[in-house]
Amino acid sequence: MSTNVKKPLIKNPSHILIHALLIAGSIFMIFPFVWMIMTSFKSEDEILKTGKTIVLLPDQMRPSFLNGEEDKKRIAEHQRQKELYAASLASPASATAGGKKVQKPFEVFDNYKEAWAAQPFYRYFLNTFLTAITITTGSLIFASLAAYAFAFFKFPFKDQLFLLMLGTMMLPQQALLIPDYIILSKLHWVNTYMALIVPWLASAYSVFFLRQFFMQLPKDLFEAAMLDGCTRLQFYFKICLPLSKPPMVTLGIFSFLGTWNSFVWPLIVTNDTSLRVIQVGLSYFASEAGTRWGPLMAASTFTIVPLVVMYFLAQRQFVESQAMSGMKE
Amino acid sequence: MLKKKKIDWGAYCYLVPVFGILLCFHVLPIFYSLAISFYRWDLIGEAEWVGLDNFARLFDDPMFYKSLVNTFYYAIVSVPLSIACSMSIALLLNNPISGIGIYRTIYFLPVITSLNAVSIVWNFIYHPDYGLLNKLLALVNLPPQLWLQDPFWAMPCIILMSVWKGLGYNVVIFLAGLQNIPKHLYEAARIDGANWLQQFRHITFPLLSPTTFFVFVMSTIGSFQVFSQIYMMTPRGGPLKSTMVIVYYLYQKAFEKFEFGYALAIAFVLFIMIFSMTLFNKLYVEKKVHYS
Repeated sequence: MSTNVKKPLIKNPSHILIHALLIAGSIFMIFPFVWMIMTSFKSEDEILKTGKTIVLLPDQMRPSFLNGEEDKKRIAEHQRQKELYAASLASPASATAGGKKVQKPFEVFDNYKEAWAAQPFYRYFLNTFLTAITITTGSLIFASLAAYAFAFFKFPFKDQLFLLMLGTMMLPQQALLIPDYIILSKLHWVNTYMALIVPWLASAYSVFFLRQFFMQLPKDLFEAAMLDGCTRLQFYFKICLPLSKPPMVTLGIFSFLGTWNSFVWPLIVTNDTSLRVIQVGLSYFASEAGTRWGPLMAASTFTIVPLVVMYFLAQRQFVESQAMSGMKE
Repeated sequence: MLKKKKIDWGAYCYLVPVFGILLCFHVLPIFYSLAISFYRWDLIGEAEWVGLDNFARLFDDPMFYKSLVNTFYYAIVSVPLSIACSMSIALLLNNPISGIGIYRTIYFLPVITSLNAVSIVWNFIYHPDYGLLNKLLALVNLPPQLWLQDPFWAMPCIILMSVWKGLGYNVVIFLAGLQNIPKHLYEAARIDGANWLQQFRHITFPLLSPTTFFVFVMSTIGSFQVFSQIYMMTPRGGPLKSTMVIVYYLYQKAFEKFEFGYALAIAFVLFIMIFSMTLFNKLYVEKKVHYS
């Protein structure tokens, strides 16, 4: 294809209307995130300012020509506080201005610092990351093994077992919450990593998904390999796994996202702070922080950002995997 | 002729991990919970046999009825709204315009974020004094509302946020469905002079119906299990219990009041409701679906 042909941005006049509608929708979709990030950089004074105007940018990031009267006053006050604080650091004698201790003035990342210090978030991140990685890899291995057996082997009760597995997909999560909790407590697994990880290592959905993929691989390939003395495990490792990278990547992304965002299950099966995952930690922080919106928005931001970054990194893989699976047809 | 293949007994080894866990945490619990729902049990003390008492109590429980009504309210408003919005967006995105990738990413963004984090953000947006929504209303001189603290507005607020959160997922599914519609049908229709609306009514909508049906069934199931946003945005079931939904009620009974038997009776009613609704959809609604 020649690359020097310049494509016009708008090819058809009716596309202007389409773009207008889509952009309006996009603003609605993305604005809560913009608002969240902007608020996370604002001081309490800025956030709790009641008034008619909507101020998007935080004081410390806004170009000065955008400032209204009120904003100028607040910024001047903030500047005065800063100078007072600097002076109090320079001479401890003036540290108490008019009997009151000089407060440290707000700085851009203060909300992040406060949120990060309020809960052991590093621990929550570690727990979540460990759980998500273990579940993603474990469930992919287990599911691909089972899918391999369903796709290639012949054994008694194959169809019945497959149906039983599909049946488990139709049950609502919440109906299983209580008996699962009881079983875990019988196993003495409540409040352990086992409770967070083990029940999620089996995914009927993944088995179903991978089995559909393996069924598309030519059966002759399997039989020829067996005749040549290839063992079944060898075939699985050398042929099946390398060929199934696209569906594995797709499943892996969804499994990781699902674990990272899971809330109800870890909320119920763990109550130790050291075992808390990020979503549970965030909900605890939310109930503690009440209406401290700045730190709350900061905490929401840093729990969302790793996921969004991962999504953008994986998206290339994701798109490639879709392109690859399309090429086979 | 091929010889009858010998049985692969080794196959079971490959199935053991998955089936071991499924049996332990998905199959066994079903029978277990059916048994527990006949007992009164707080997990620590002695379980007391009460027969069908837990189920009988449900029918005299006004809060159970309230939670049923609220759940139906949520489902009846959020499912069609979400389908209408996501289908329209998918139709817009199905044009040969530039920047599709960017739009798709933007609409998908809420899907990948966690319900908890975005619930906190929306809590702030809905805040009566400092929230964005009331400030926007003030711009057009409308009176401020209490939103999540108002029994009338609490549920619509939850619905709006939930639709926003789940929209992108349905958009992607609808886009895939739209791409499966053969292009030559539109060409033929255009030659016959069909306008945009006629093309939608006679080609797009009927041929998209399998996808619509799938999205409808899945969203309905999901809407009956709504929980996290209720838990995060309207603690204790909201003002005047206006957002008390079934799963929240079940959660409260089991993990706050420790009435496990009763909670399981609720879970079973929920399961039967979801199951019969899915069956109804399969038997009656699917008749309107056009499979090529």
